[in-house]
Amino acid sequence: MTVSNDKRAASRAILETLGVGKVFGATRALDDVTLRVAPRGIHALLGENGAGKSTLVKCLAGFHRPSSGQIMIGGRERVLRSPRDAHAAGVGMVYQHFTLAPNLTVLENLVLAVPDRNGVSARRIDWKAERARFAQQIDELPFDADLDVTVSSLSSGQKQKVEIIKQLCLGPRILILDEPTSVLTPDEADEVLGTLHEMTRDQDLAVILITHKMREVFAYADRVTVLRGGRVTGDDEIGALDADALSEMMIGEVEIAKSPERAPTAADNVLLRIENLSADNDRGVRALDDVNLTVAAGEIVGVAGVSGNGQTELAQVLAGQRRAMAGRIQVHEEVYSGTRAEISRHGMHCLPEEPLRNACVPDMSVADNLAFRHFDRPEYSLGGLFMRGAPLARRAATLMERFNVKPREPRLPMASLSGGNVQRAALARELGEDVDILVVTNPCFGLDVAAVAQIHAQLMDARNAGTAVLLISEDLDELLTLADRLVVLFEGRAVHECTREQADRRGIGQKMTGY
Amino acid sequence: MTSHPGLRLAAESVVLILATFAATALLFALFVAAAGAPPTGVFYDIYLGAFGSWFSWQNTLTRAAPFMLAALCTALPARLGLLVIGNEGALVIGGVAAAAAGISLNGVAPLAVQVGMFVAAAVAGGLWIAGALALRHYRGVNETISTLLLNYLAIALLLWLVGGPLHDPASLNKPSTPSIGSANMLGDMPGMSVHWGLAYGVIACALLFVLFRYTTFGFAARIIGGNVRAAQLNGLAVARITLIVGFLAGAAAGVAGMVEVAAVHGRANESLVAGYGYVGILVAFLARQNLAMIVPVAILLGGIEASGGLLQRHFELPDATTTVLQGTLFMLLLASESLRGRIFPIRVQEAN
Repeated sequence: MTVSNDKRAASRAILETLGVGKVFGATRALDDVTLRVAPRGIHALLGENGAGKSTLVKCLAGFHRPSSGQIMIGGRERVLRSPRDAHAAGVGMVYQHFTLAPNLTVLENLVLAVPDRNGVSARRIDWKAERARFAQQIDELPFDADLDVTVSSLSSGQKQKVEIIKQLCLGPRILILDEPTSVLTPDEADEVLGTLHEMTRDQDLAVILITHKMREVFAYADRVTVLRGGRVTGDDEIGALDADALSEMMIGEVEIAKSPERAPTAADNVLLRIENLSADNDRGVRALDDVNLTVAAGEIVGVAGVSGNGQTELAQVLAGQRRAMAGRIQVHEEVYSGTRAEISRHGMHCLPEEPLRNACVPDMSVADNLAFRHFDRPEYSLGGLFMRGAPLARRAATLMERFNVKPREPRLPMASLSGGNVQRAALARELGEDVDILVVTNPCFGLDVAAVAQIHAQLMDARNAGTAVLLISEDLDELLTLADRLVVLFEGRAVHECTREQADRRGIGQKMTGY
Repeated sequence: MTSHPGLRLAAESVVLILATFAATALLFALFVAAAGAPPTGVFYDIYLGAFGSWFSWQNTLTRAAPFMLAALCTALPARLGLLVIGNEGALVIGGVAAAAAGISLNGVAPLAVQVGMFVAAAVAGGLWIAGALALRHYRGVNETISTLLLNYLAIALLLWLVGGPLHDPASLNKPSTPSIGSANMLGDMPGMSVHWGLAYGVIACALLFVLFRYTTFGFAARIIGGNVRAAQLNGLAVARITLIVGFLAGAAAGVAGMVEVAAVHGRANESLVAGYGYVGILVAFLARQNLAMIVPVAILLGGIEASGGLLQRHFELPDATTTVLQGTLFMLLLASESLRGRIFPIRVQEAN
């Protein structure tokens, strides 16, 4: 590229990073990243977990100072020392996780977040004037919000819109969205991204969209930059790319585990039967309401739903971590209450979401964590009383090898492993021996493509070997790939059930929101 | 990986403990100087009074015995992530139960009386703390607050019993139970004037160390202490293990009370309320809830206690001087916890 071309490109960009690098300790999170964002349009930032997307936008939003390189906004170099500097430069950011105060109303949240124009922070709040001001601002935006509703009563999609409104009220030139659709149904995601797409056509607004969903990139983005291992591995107009090209830029030369074929199984031998099950959440509110479900040998039953519709409670009751208020669980047609003897007799294992928090002891070693299921069995203890270190250590080493847990150092504390390796270690413990029933919740949350493929293959293997698998997941694509049958949970009730052949994305999306 | 994280943590613990002792010595020296005594002389006397001669060693070991047993009452529940400070109450209840058993078994063979007193004290103290942990497990009652309040309840119970149902009419100025009889007293271990309580303490620490370090029960307790959700997921009997640990903890403190009655006072009275339970908390924390470390730490604090008399005689320092030293040590120890993880920080890769 010639110098004059470079200059022209620069003059067209509202935001540029020039050779930005960021080092944390011994880790190089970003390496010589150059990015040019046009004043209008949606610019997708695509990459696997750990590719450096979040680090890059945190540099743009003033949370991190780059270790090297420059950030140019509106053609001028900026040093962003804090999020406030970034605001002043016209950069707004919507986070992956909600940052609204749930017990306040929408109006109160907006007043809290958006300083008034005089820049005075300690003052008497004129609610009437504030209401008028925000009502007018929202009027000019394509998004709607009821100012007087308490945030906690909003759905995830509505919360996400309020987050976006909050940022747009600050009048940014660049709006960064960090995986905004991870908590939304497909319809909600289409609405939010579609509206933003329109906005970037009509006014000077650049949207940087972080995502790992290729579907969204092709549907809404104008340009895409791909990061891998902290480096830019691709950057082009969206029209010039296809899915294969993008995925190669994202993943590189990694070998992806092939998912085994779905073997035909006779799905009439019911291993797990859930009858009229009800449970309360932590606040004592009914979260699971009269649910009936069966899972047969050699079958994957998927439980779909937007986060917070009773999936967590269902998984916890099955794992013995929450008391059922009514109904019962039957395993092998026997009443099951989750004692250690029953778990081992029936071969019923559960892998909860966030295994480090829900299934492991973070400061015990990996080897210890791998021993939880069998440390008191005769082959690993003397008379069920004294632990036998050597066989336990051998088994831990074997499991880590088989499930590819890295680093292969069984004495490290569990908490020092990366998220993917914690997930693999937990899966190794639950699938390391023959199980009849397996309950898994969001097994691939936050994992890279290769790890996801590997875990999917292991689940499919277990199914083909005759295990009854209950897969509770917020990722509809994952469910559609793996499940033989789908059940939709909405407000704690099983509102819809269909087979793999009947399943259609849009219809299920609607059931998830209660239509 | 340049160094093993476990090693870093251990090194940090050692540095923190040494720094705590150094800071305590400094503050205590200032206190002593303000009280008009020469700090170096006082420190030398503490050494003499604690470990300077066979005589002071015996005095030290005698005082260390109840500390070891009382410390277990905090250190065992700490394995489950619970903070129990009801050591004093369990000790007092154990002492009363031992006295009651000793009196009612009067006339039986001394060994049988001693076994009876031991069992009564262990069961009474054990139920006392197990009850608090049952409230915690089934009803969510904070175990620290409940065991603290149970201490006052135990003392009130003691005073009522020695003034009423178990009152010995011969005890005029200090209401007491009748004597358990000199034949039934525990006596000294062979070759030294240190009573059998020391052996109880050392053996209890050793047995419980093995239980928690090498058995499946101990492993299950570690899982519960580390993350109760993981324990539930694996079907561990959380309630049963919690109650057993509570029972063992209370039983140890109860036996400390039995030792006080059967080896020192010969009867139960207000002398049981000597603050040994609270020193036990200090010992457990100084030992970092490590069961094997309790023995040496208890001996160290026994030594400090033992030197009190010498300080009083030589420098006319008040009786409470050694308590000031213990209190300073405990406060600085708690304060030092805030430095944990900052001396040799483990560098964690920032999440992306």
